[in-house]
Amino acid sequence: MTDTRGGLPDRPLSPHLQVWRWHITMACSILHRATVFALYVGVLLLAGWAVALASGPDAYACYTGLLGSFLGKLVLFGLTVALLYNVAYTVRQSFWDMGKGFTPKTADMTGVGAIAFAVVGAIVVWVIAAQTGAL
Amino acid sequence: MVQLTLPKNSTVQNGKHWPAPAGAKNTRSFKIYRYDPEDGRNPRWDTYEVDVDACGPMVLDALLYIKNTIDPTLAFRRSCREGVCGSCAMNIGGRNTLACTHGHADTPGKAVQISPLPSQPVVKDLIPDLTLFYAQYASIEPWLHTVTPEPQTEWKQSPEDRSKLDGLYECILCACCSTSCPSYWWNGDKYLGPATLLHAYRWLIDSRDEATGDRLDNLEDPFKLYRCHTIMNCAQVCPKGLNPAKAIAEIKKMLVERVV
Repeated sequence: MTDTRGGLPDRPLSPHLQVWRWHITMACSILHRATVFALYVGVLLLAGWAVALASGPDAYACYTGLLGSFLGKLVLFGLTVALLYNVAYTVRQSFWDMGKGFTPKTADMTGVGAIAFAVVGAIVVWVIAAQTGAL
Repeated sequence: MVQLTLPKNSTVQNGKHWPAPAGAKNTRSFKIYRYDPEDGRNPRWDTYEVDVDACGPMVLDALLYIKNTIDPTLAFRRSCREGVCGSCAMNIGGRNTLACTHGHADTPGKAVQISPLPSQPVVKDLIPDLTLFYAQYASIEPWLHTVTPEPQTEWKQSPEDRSKLDGLYECILCACCSTSCPSYWWNGDKYLGPATLLHAYRWLIDSRDEATGDRLDNLEDPFKLYRCHTIMNCAQVCPKGLNPAKAIAEIKKMLVERVV
């Protein structure tokens, strides 16, 4: 690369995140990353549940008690949202893979749709769970 | 690499306030990024009070007003003032666009905030160094590649094949899209970015071009092409209304199609 500085000090980097006014699509993209990370943690929780189950009734009761506490339920609800958001986002991505849904307006709509699906879906799942006595 | 904050020499400090000329009734503040390579200081935000009754409707009009009547040291690129040359691309109100086609009344916020195209080395004030951007564009060899002997007349193309270039050939290489892309912010040295990839696709689907295979080989790389995560900022900001994100998706499709 040509050095175009002409002996002057290192050029500063222009502001990026510091000035950017976010688009819905940009927020949806980073939210997708965040939920994928959350699901990694979720898989660890699931593995912990299996370990607890294998370790005998006391450990299992302790583990389910922990997950069944208010805080535990909050985490599980968050994981339900994350999982459903990933389902919706993957559907969105498969349309993109076919070259569809790229106009900014459509992408904004499908992004909001994915978030709405995740939140409403998670509430529905938990209401059903509550009604069947699973909570 | 992801670097959420600015390096130490790049943090923007508070600068000067330039009041409106006497007698101005209808004013608006313009918060503008200033950097002087010769004073050894960090960049700063200067605020100018612009008499909007005395200047035209576009952000470029306001910049010229500032340069002509308030502060002649303000540096920025401009040429055609009608959205054809791409020189005056900058970040206005948090979004990349052309100063000449963007009305200052359409910019939200109390002050119109203007900074150079994001995550680029700054030469001075609103002028970024786009050397890398142009080198990336050159790397895709943006001209017709042929092996068949040159025809006596021009290379022929049917109207249908010609129409495949619509939405691609209009790109003016202003760099609004590439410098709007977080993936390009973090990996701009290895990821080609939306503008270059849009041009790559423009040559890939040109019916007259005979190097499609070589062009695809050149793009099949974890960084050059596949750093696109469909964040869509490129299509959101393109001042010509083009869609680099879709062009990139079409390249990905071509790469899949030639395998299956």
